[in-house]
Amino acid sequence: MSWFTKKKIPLGKSERRGGVPEGLFLKCEGCGEMVYAAEFEANWRVCKKCGKHHTMPARRRIMLLIDEGSFEEADADMQAVDVLKFKDTKRYRDRIKSAQKESGEMDAIVCGNGNLDGYPVEIAAFEFGFMGGSMGAVVGEKITRTIERAVNNRAAVIIVSCSGGARMQEGAFSLMQMAKTSAALAELEEAGLPYLSVLAHPTAGGVTASFAMLGDVIIAEPDALICFAGPRVIEQTIRQKLPEGFQKSEFLVEHGFVDIIVKRDELKASIASLLRHMGTKMARRVSPANA
Amino acid sequence: MNAGILDFERKILELETKLDELRSLSKLQDTDFSSEIRKMHKKLNTLKRDTFSKLNRWQRTQLARHPARPYALDYIREIVPDFIELHGDRAFGDGPSIVAGFGTMDERSVMFIGIHKGRDVKEKMYRNFGMPHPEGYRKALRCMRLAEKFGHPIITLLDTPGAYPGIGAEERGQAEAIAHNLKDMASITVPIISVVTGEGGSGGALALGVGNRVLMLENSVYSVISPEGCAAILWKDQTKVEEAAEAMALTSRDMHANGLVDEVVREPVGGAHRDPVLAAHILRRALRRNLVELERLSKGELVKQRRAKFRKMGTFMEQPA
Repeated sequence: MSWFTKKKIPLGKSERRGGVPEGLFLKCEGCGEMVYAAEFEANWRVCKKCGKHHTMPARRRIMLLIDEGSFEEADADMQAVDVLKFKDTKRYRDRIKSAQKESGEMDAIVCGNGNLDGYPVEIAAFEFGFMGGSMGAVVGEKITRTIERAVNNRAAVIIVSCSGGARMQEGAFSLMQMAKTSAALAELEEAGLPYLSVLAHPTAGGVTASFAMLGDVIIAEPDALICFAGPRVIEQTIRQKLPEGFQKSEFLVEHGFVDIIVKRDELKASIASLLRHMGTKMARRVSPANA
Repeated sequence: MNAGILDFERKILELETKLDELRSLSKLQDTDFSSEIRKMHKKLNTLKRDTFSKLNRWQRTQLARHPARPYALDYIREIVPDFIELHGDRAFGDGPSIVAGFGTMDERSVMFIGIHKGRDVKEKMYRNFGMPHPEGYRKALRCMRLAEKFGHPIITLLDTPGAYPGIGAEERGQAEAIAHNLKDMASITVPIISVVTGEGGSGGALALGVGNRVLMLENSVYSVISPEGCAAILWKDQTKVEEAAEAMALTSRDMHANGLVDEVVREPVGGAHRDPVLAAHILRRALRRNLVELERLSKGELVKQRRAKFRKMGTFMEQPA
């Protein structure tokens, strides 16, 4: 399987996580039904019975969207630095190590370029299995570089967000990544290049309040929690129960903050058909057949 | 103004009261207490210096939240007496947690935008305790665009526990409002100076904080989450606020040492609330100096400098382990 040209970690390892046991069957988080693991994976981790979209590792997400054999990973070796020597109940440096071991990724994001149905794209996909997809300096830097590469190569930017928000263990360094990534998007806009923001469950906090909400087009997966403040924080503040469906994809469409909800198996086709209209400043599309 | 005296302030206030008593006594009785007064005055100053140089990060946070601390409008009215406030985001509402308007500083027009917590209960309610709704952020951006149109510099004052976490705020796109400000502030062609005057509460503060210069008052704090929130999530124990505050390195000195803010602005001894007029005066001087420097840059240079400054933030390793 030499599908990723710059892959460092064998795909099998990262596929093992995300709450999916290695057994033959596993339980759907939506309906609780037992599903056959191989079939579940083949169906991009969407339950065939209830349609629940389960969390997907970054590399699977890239596999879903990028034409086979065209992905080239960037900044694969970038790692977090424990600038603040942060220690809560556990040292941050230890948390990094165990997250790397568990997820098979260096940090909470995988980035690179490739073709999407022949269109040149720079893609960044979150790895929720790495400390809840939290954004520290590595995530911020890799996203910023993804956007900058798109400007240089005249590509589209696709960011698949799946994150609890800013990473507390890097303090205000994490906070400033919001400003850094958003400023890079201003440059992308000046270059007239498209940015499609895909929101997977969950997208929260500082990630929502920066690049995730800045897409030219914002696509959400069905039933994803998309919020600034999480439901628990709001309930504690206002001391009342939140209505059913609050902050879910459908709610965001209703309130005008998401363009479309797209099921996972239709995601690639939807992005491709949008890029057909948004690629006037983009480099030429290669024929997907030749890819 | 002795509302909400903090623990570490108590001794100082006691000594100050004694000193006052001694002074009035000496006037009344026509006895010479001058040597005692001098001694006590010296003791008081030593105590003040000692106390305030040794505050830990949690105490510093408490000082940043001091109920008597000057709020945005206190600074604005002191710095630009002709402040004329503008209202509304032209879409939904006003968002009174944020104030915005023109004023004259050294014969130049300046757009002041500040997050204002409110002094008494009624005003606190009206200002939503300085926790802005999306319309506040949108009003702020509208006013920044207005300043840009006429080529006037922008000064933003940040003092908030955070953007409001509520139903209406989420319905009206709190995240989108903040994100939009972050992106658009990166492109504004006039000088922007941002000052953390009290609490720099995460994205809710940063949404007005993308400046060419970012200043912090000596006793202000700036952080990705409140110490309470951090303690609750990472320690799973809300009482661990001191540990959380220490770990996050949120003081002005930390932020400056980490290269995340440009300058720390001195406060009167004991904190800005001990002498709000002097605090505003010191701030005004710092603003003036920075404005003069920034006014030498062209529109393009201002945008470039602002973007480059935030572009550099963040530490990471690139070599394989």
